[in-house]
Amino acid sequence: MSLNRREFLGIGAAVTAGAAIAPGIRLIELVQARSLEEAASAQQRWGLLIDTNKCTRNCTACVDACFVENGIGNKGRPATDPQWIRKIETKDPSTGYTHSLPVLCQHCDYPPCVDVCPTGASMKRADGIVLVDKHICIGCRFCMMACPYKARSFVHEVITDQKAYAPRGKGTVESCTLCVHKIDRGDGTTACTEACNKGGHQAIIFGDLKDPNSEISKSLREKGGRQIRADLKLNTGIRYQGL
Amino acid sequence: MALFRERCAQYVAIAVLFTATSVFAADTPNTLLPTINITQGEKCVEPTDVIRKEHKYFLLHQRDSTLREGVRSKKHSLKNCVNCHADPKTDSVIGEEGFCSSCHSYAAVTIDCFSCHTDKRESNAASLK
Repeated sequence: MSLNRREFLGIGAAVTAGAAIAPGIRLIELVQARSLEEAASAQQRWGLLIDTNKCTRNCTACVDACFVENGIGNKGRPATDPQWIRKIETKDPSTGYTHSLPVLCQHCDYPPCVDVCPTGASMKRADGIVLVDKHICIGCRFCMMACPYKARSFVHEVITDQKAYAPRGKGTVESCTLCVHKIDRGDGTTACTEACNKGGHQAIIFGDLKDPNSEISKSLREKGGRQIRADLKLNTGIRYQGL
Repeated sequence: MALFRERCAQYVAIAVLFTATSVFAADTPNTLLPTINITQGEKCVEPTDVIRKEHKYFLLHQRDSTLREGVRSKKHSLKNCVNCHADPKTDSVIGEEGFCSSCHSYAAVTIDCFSCHTDKRESNAASLK
């Protein structure tokens, strides 16, 4: 029997907690290793920090990795193909300066998609991840209309051979899950972050916004970060630098 | 006397025919009952009579706690069911002799699970066992 990463971390945490805590071991690290039976906690808030200065114009590594990870097969029909993350180009008309950046579900603290959902399918988890409960989604697409970021997609076609950890089906709305299966497994990263790092761009940082010692919090403290449409006061979990 | 012997032979022949038919009937599977092929896993997570009757409630509870709270316990997860019960030939729990669909078609109850969830065993499931 082999252990997956999360089980290993859980056992490791239990063993460490049982032993005398040596200097240099912080209790906060023990809290982070969640066991399989433990629910997500509001002590964390997961987010991404995207440095648009490091994001290359024609690179789609994050988009491709997301599609592979979550089994999103593109049928070559752009009008209806689901899109969890997309690259956009922006241009300052006065200077001609262009930006390239990925846009995905912003995992808002006050998500408009949750406000408008008539069945309660659109929901926010304790750790700040905004998800669609497809068991009760009726496919009305109110959330798609309410989202200011165009982050959600409707599944128009029958889907087969889904990934076991990413169920997807016709007639429901879906969006970025912040690789919730990877977070729950204890991977501590997302597919897009991994791909960006692998491509040598290091433009995406994944981490806990509530942990002051996390890389994402430190970078936000030192270099700042902006939200897209900050005027809507949604307190997004995805922040951008260089915008 | 010859007539009596002939009659006797007829009766014996009829008796033999009936016996043969009943034996043949016993050997033929009753097509009205579902085919349940359990090929993997020594024991279910619950006693058979409990899981047969209650599996829908276990799955309903697990789905809500997993999706909404992030509890990923394996005991009553659909993934765990599929990994154990998928047909070794098709790697699936649906299809004509699939573990789920054979009973569900017998009971005339539609399964919605597999319009979103995969009906296939995870590729590394065997190594996890």
